[in-house]
Amino acid sequence: MFDLTGRKALVTGATGGLGEEIARLLHKQGATVGLHGTRVEKLEALASELGDRATIFPANLSDRADVKALGEKAEADLGGVDILVNNAGITKDGLFVRMSDEDWDNVLEVNLTSMFRLTRELTHPMMRRRFGRIINITSVVAVTGNPGQANYCASKAGMIGFSKSLAQEIATRNVTVNCIAPGFIESAMTGKLNEKQKEAILGAIPMKRMGAGADIAAAALYLASNEAGYVTGQTLHVNGGMAMI
Amino acid sequence: MSDIAERVKKIVIDHLGVDADKVVEGASFIDDLGADSLDTVELVMAFEEEFGVEIPDDAADSILTVGDAIKFIEKAQA
Repeated sequence: MFDLTGRKALVTGATGGLGEEIARLLHKQGATVGLHGTRVEKLEALASELGDRATIFPANLSDRADVKALGEKAEADLGGVDILVNNAGITKDGLFVRMSDEDWDNVLEVNLTSMFRLTRELTHPMMRRRFGRIINITSVVAVTGNPGQANYCASKAGMIGFSKSLAQEIATRNVTVNCIAPGFIESAMTGKLNEKQKEAILGAIPMKRMGAGADIAAAALYLASNEAGYVTGQTLHVNGGMAMI
Repeated sequence: MSDIAERVKKIVIDHLGVDADKVVEGASFIDDLGADSLDTVELVMAFEEEFGVEIPDDAADSILTVGDAIKFIEKAQA
């Protein structure tokens, strides 16, 4: 089950906590992984730790020419991308009444527009090969909303609508498109929360714990696998029960 | 038969996996050759790649048969 031997995967944002966990697990299951990120040293360290079957693809996702080049280079260097994990994302939080155009544009550009452009580069070859797995990492707040994150929530909800549309268009080509919506995951970001904030968050989670990167990586592995071939257009919520949608 | 017609037919045969004798100039991609809407988009992209021509969306919409494609490309390359 879940053997990815011979598959080629591109993971964006592979130097972030979640992206790294996903890349590690896909690699462990036999895939050749392309690691995208902006921090070259971190990418190199991860690639050398993984050893064989790991290539780095530094690119700035807020630069449209860079996104196009990333798609072309990954497709060429990996010899065809079978699995695309759109994981990279940024936040620029702030209350809506004070949100600047710039904070809105940056978040939409990196989280939504770059995903559209990269996916467009890689979808056609997948269709031609009659196999593909597109996995978009969204968030529970795409569905529930979150004060202070109007831009982020809009971008993440946009990913879900995008995925459902694309899933319908290319299902006959054996290319699936799904989302994973993590809840609260232990990360550098949640590590900065104080005890009171943590308590409030845990109070809303039936499992009374935050998720781990491994919980998300396992979901990504499933959606990337041959076994998930009949699953498309779905959003898999991995959130300890904090939102049952 | 022109070289362009030959190459167009080869692309259609390869892409749609149909018998060569069905790919005549009057054959409709959708009605006669079993293409779906995605196939027609992919065929147009394949023609663009093979012949180095640009086929705008409104022109693509009017390419319904094998003969339409051959005529369009012959005109574009003339």
